[in-house]
Amino acid sequence: MPPAVVGKNGDISVVLCGEAGQGIQTVEQILTQLLKSSGYSIFGTKEYMSRVRGGSNSTQIRVSSHRVCSPVDRIDILIPFDTKALEHVRGRIRADTVIIGGKKELFPAGGADHFNCIDIPLSEIASQVGGAMYMNTVGSGVIAGLFSVDRQRLDDFVAAFFGDSSESVIEKNRDAAARGYDAAIKIIEDGRIRLDVSANPEVENDILMNGADAVGIGAIAGGCDFVASYPMSPSTAVLVFLAFHGDEFGIVVEQAEDEIAAMNMTLGAWYAGARALVTTSGGGFALMEEAVGLAGMIETPAVIHLAQRPGPATGLPTRTEQGDLQLAMYSGHGEFPRIILTPGSLEDAVYLTHRAFNRADKYQVTAFILTDQYFMDSYYNLPSVDVSGLRTVRHIVETDETYQRYFLSEDGISPRGIPGFGTGLVAVDSDEHDENGHITEDLDLRIAMVDKRLKKSAALENDTVPPELIGKDDYSILAVGWGSTYHVIKEALTVIGRDDISFLHFKQVCPLHRSTVEYLKRARVTAVVEGNATGQFANLIKLRTGFDVHHRILKYNGLQYTVEEVVGRLSKII
Amino acid sequence: MKQGPFDRGAIDIAWCPGCGNFAILNALKAALTQLGISPEQIVIASGIGQAAKMPHYVRTNVFNGLHGRAIPAATAIKAANPGLTVIAEGGDGDMYGEGGNHFIHAIRRNPDITAIIHNNMVYGLTKGQASPTSSLGFKTPVQVGGVTEEPFNAMAVAIALNASFVARAFAGDVDQTRDIIKAAISHRGFSIVEILQPCVSFNKVNTFQWFKENSGYVEDSYDPSDRSAAFNRAAEGGKMALGICYVNSERSCFEETLSPYSEDSTPLFKRDVDMAKLARLVDSKRQA
Repeated sequence: MPPAVVGKNGDISVVLCGEAGQGIQTVEQILTQLLKSSGYSIFGTKEYMSRVRGGSNSTQIRVSSHRVCSPVDRIDILIPFDTKALEHVRGRIRADTVIIGGKKELFPAGGADHFNCIDIPLSEIASQVGGAMYMNTVGSGVIAGLFSVDRQRLDDFVAAFFGDSSESVIEKNRDAAARGYDAAIKIIEDGRIRLDVSANPEVENDILMNGADAVGIGAIAGGCDFVASYPMSPSTAVLVFLAFHGDEFGIVVEQAEDEIAAMNMTLGAWYAGARALVTTSGGGFALMEEAVGLAGMIETPAVIHLAQRPGPATGLPTRTEQGDLQLAMYSGHGEFPRIILTPGSLEDAVYLTHRAFNRADKYQVTAFILTDQYFMDSYYNLPSVDVSGLRTVRHIVETDETYQRYFLSEDGISPRGIPGFGTGLVAVDSDEHDENGHITEDLDLRIAMVDKRLKKSAALENDTVPPELIGKDDYSILAVGWGSTYHVIKEALTVIGRDDISFLHFKQVCPLHRSTVEYLKRARVTAVVEGNATGQFANLIKLRTGFDVHHRILKYNGLQYTVEEVVGRLSKII
Repeated sequence: MKQGPFDRGAIDIAWCPGCGNFAILNALKAALTQLGISPEQIVIASGIGQAAKMPHYVRTNVFNGLHGRAIPAATAIKAANPGLTVIAEGGDGDMYGEGGNHFIHAIRRNPDITAIIHNNMVYGLTKGQASPTSSLGFKTPVQVGGVTEEPFNAMAVAIALNASFVARAFAGDVDQTRDIIKAAISHRGFSIVEILQPCVSFNKVNTFQWFKENSGYVEDSYDPSDRSAAFNRAAEGGKMALGICYVNSERSCFEETLSPYSEDSTPLFKRDVDMAKLARLVDSKRQA
């Protein structure tokens, strides 16, 4: 039998699938780092159930000769940890998908012959090592072997990875990895499998991170020195990141008793001169909405990282969606301006989160960073993120005795003093207030204050991140997206390979950049691709520009688009 | 009248004539004056309600936020700049009803702030409904058959949670109220001062006279460090104890536990991000 040749254009999709608690995440952590350091470009993403044990979770790792940043349906190599796992991804198994695992373990009732299955009994090997708990490390060893990772590098990596465990656990994991590795080498030597992918020494020194890391790095670059949040998937990873680096960067980190406290703490912190972040998800953010209005009224800056997941209510806690654009857009009662940034790439997440802090401070508004579960949990490598040019710009003034927090200035932006800095007093009030920040029911002053707050919109519109056009200027078809779909739509267009289709990606959706309508009008056909059921961004475009996009390509099953899916759905309308 | 450092001069005050809040305002201003803290170094945070309008009538920094949310805002203000003296002020509805969760968790967190809670056992600003501290049987336009819920006993709750400083004052006694507020502000940790106060417009039961008859100062021999005795005193019926009910000076306060201040008391706004360190963090993502 000739060897199964795995890979397409130097790109291999590996999927590992097992129960929560079987260590799929450990495998992901080991393999993404190990393969990247061995010169492969990596993209890793996972989908998981809302449970600590059981169920079926999967992680996809694309291992490639060139940079890859988006998920694919295709599975080239599948490593199922149990029979349930096989069922979980059944619909994605194709004739050429190589399944690696114990035939008897995976097909107890027979039927392995219907699949392209190479027998490596992961469970049995793990038992020989010391128990089922080592199955994930055996699996890591298999993948490392298949991709010809240096054996010593694997051993060193595994030893370091489990470094905090007992000596015996470290040894058993090393043994498990080695046995998996040897099993993989054997199937290559036996001519069972051949991988069509090559390492590139240039990427060995790349950085590898996920969306949560990128938002966290951007926050620190923006001067974030305070974070108060309440844990909620999928936003917690940013809180964890900032807590991990809190001592290093002097960040006050507090797990609040609820989201209401978290958001009110955020405003108290900014009021007193800190640069605070709150990280949350839909349901938690819903609890913060009253304080979003408070931020609007007292013109205290705030930065909110809103990692979306499918709602309403608890929805699908561990899944992804772009369903909270409207929520962010209209959150808080009353009328006041805001900024909504929607990073599509890891670089975007760093730079836009940094920007959120500076712009929130400058315009005394709330700046949202809208991500989602997919974005938080997905990894890829990139040459670098240059933070050297980033500055924390503080827009606070030292007050004097004549200081008025809400001085009616020309552009609506009153110099922001903070208590204890200068000889003036700083009063802010959730009631309508006078220029001194004290409660008023003077209805003429009410008009002046509303106008003052809304005047900031004009300044915000002049300081908006323009959409990025990918493709030629003289397109006839324009795909439009925002936020986390950036890479997947970009890759889909590469796959389609037509030069009359371009892609317009929005990194800021509020205020909407004024070039938007021109881009749309130039196309014969426009299609918004977004991860919700109603076309929230398409609606926003209509509201702001009057333009009706021709097609809405929507998805709301809790999973991110795959490249094939975008290709398929775009192909239908072009 | 001589202008004190915390007087705002001739301003319109939204309280009813005869309201107990006036006495509390005077006690607070006197306490701050006697403590000699400059108005620029003080922040009074408040929520919503008649009591929560207090900071507007004191010449100092003001954070008049949302109903029930004075404590989280005040906690963060103190954490962002520990050099400030921070007070959270509001009524029984604000602090025990809408903000009850924050009240409980602030006791656990123990920020070095003072919570001044006006307790008039009724909702004033919304015109006379029951508050969390209204007595059983208290009739209102909403509780038409009388209150059926057990009144919230903040003193007992606070002592049960091992609060750092728990006191109760009576607005009818400005001098004692002033002294209790001074002790609370001077105490390091979360200090709770509940101030009993008649509502002349909406509470015809718990009047000035009623409070006089139903409260009394703890005796000179009372030991505020004895938690069990303090709890028993707070929980038992009869006259409501006035004075400093419980003090625990052993607990470290929130700001002290925050790593940015472990070696450096500089407020956050005077610090800069170490960008070289951040570049190293980014670089650390090159290796596992």
